[in-house]
Amino acid sequence: MAEFIDLVLLAMLALTALRIIFLKDLFAVVMLFGIYSFLSALIFVNLDAVDVAFTEASVGAGISTVLMLGTLALTGRKEKPSTHSTLLPLFVVLVTGAALIYGTLDMPPFGDPDNPVHQHVAPRYIEESPKEVGLPNMVTSVLASYRGFDTLGETVVVFSALIGVFSLLGVRRKQKKDLDSGLESHRVLHVVAKVIIPLVILFALYVQFHGDFGPGGGFQAGVIAAAAFILYALVFGLPKAFAVVGPKFLQWMAAFGVLLYASVGLYSMYKGGHFLDYNQLAADPVAGQHYGIIIIELGVGFTVFAVMLNIFYAFGSQAERSNVQ
Amino acid sequence: MNFILDYYNYWVVVFLMMAGFYIVISANNLVKKIVGLNVFQTSVFMLYISMGKVTGGTAPIVAEGVTQYSNPLPHVLILTAIVVGVATTAVGLALIVRIKRAYGTVEENEFENKDDAI
Repeated sequence: MAEFIDLVLLAMLALTALRIIFLKDLFAVVMLFGIYSFLSALIFVNLDAVDVAFTEASVGAGISTVLMLGTLALTGRKEKPSTHSTLLPLFVVLVTGAALIYGTLDMPPFGDPDNPVHQHVAPRYIEESPKEVGLPNMVTSVLASYRGFDTLGETVVVFSALIGVFSLLGVRRKQKKDLDSGLESHRVLHVVAKVIIPLVILFALYVQFHGDFGPGGGFQAGVIAAAAFILYALVFGLPKAFAVVGPKFLQWMAAFGVLLYASVGLYSMYKGGHFLDYNQLAADPVAGQHYGIIIIELGVGFTVFAVMLNIFYAFGSQAERSNVQ
Repeated sequence: MNFILDYYNYWVVVFLMMAGFYIVISANNLVKKIVGLNVFQTSVFMLYISMGKVTGGTAPIVAEGVTQYSNPLPHVLILTAIVVGVATTAVGLALIVRIKRAYGTVEENEFENKDDAI
């Protein structure tokens, strides 16, 4: 049955990608891309990657789509007809594709437990991590503890993306009060948003703190919380959202998250261990692992939340500026 | 039939990868190029997660009575890659907004001869 679902979903995914190629209306392209992300999230669930599906659904279908729509508001929604021939790209793609298909025939069969990828490192994570780290969710154990250094690097990359977007766009903090911002006249949206937003934030907190036991963690929680505030900014307008959490505060928050993560590493060095060696954080190594993972997941959550929301602010204030002019 | 089931996932991955690649090299519009890059990126995610799947396995969260888990390592790599992916997409989109402001267009063939206009 799982194979059948896999077949159907992957076929739908391929069709969506095919449609994206030929559509000229960019608004429809972006919407199809949202569908594409949701379909891939479904496939990830079917392939047992629940944590990944969670991230893809909230990031790919949520934040990416909103950012692309924000860009379209500034650049226009129609793609002009292409002038140069499509034969050369088609030829290049067909040749590359044929070579890759030929290459897949050397891959080990899908789903076989004896595949090389399952022989190294992974058995140790699966067998030892519940004892060594003491968490049921192996993905969180590997992400936050075994590969903690890696995750620190990725948090820094997310942080530097914020610096990149800010140096390119910047945020206008002083918005005029009479600016026609948000959806003032949509009473239904106001009421629905006010009901939904607290629930979304509550869910984000659940994902943040339950990530050790079920699917979830700092990355997903940060994005979900940011989505709640983005909904608020879209419905009530940017000036009101700035009054709740301003861009300046979010800049400090993004830096604080990275520093919180790194300081756990430094503290474990101070205690006599290696960088990010959580065993040193408490007398009992397993308890130390728990403390370490909760704190660094919190750091990741802070940074991801602040960066995603601030990037949206940057795009949103650009769009409002161009509306005024 | 078994042969097809063994390789179906990888073939769809190659198809998606090539669809994304085609959009990136053939589209004139920069926003569409970014969508193409994202399609390409998701196909790479799909490849990793397909490799991590074990037939008869379950999600890598310890539960009673389960002996076979799928491989958690690709999940970790891709989870962080998705978040980094959206961060880089945001930088790309910000560049497009600046290009629009400087050249007045986001069609590749329209601004390539305008370098001396600024």
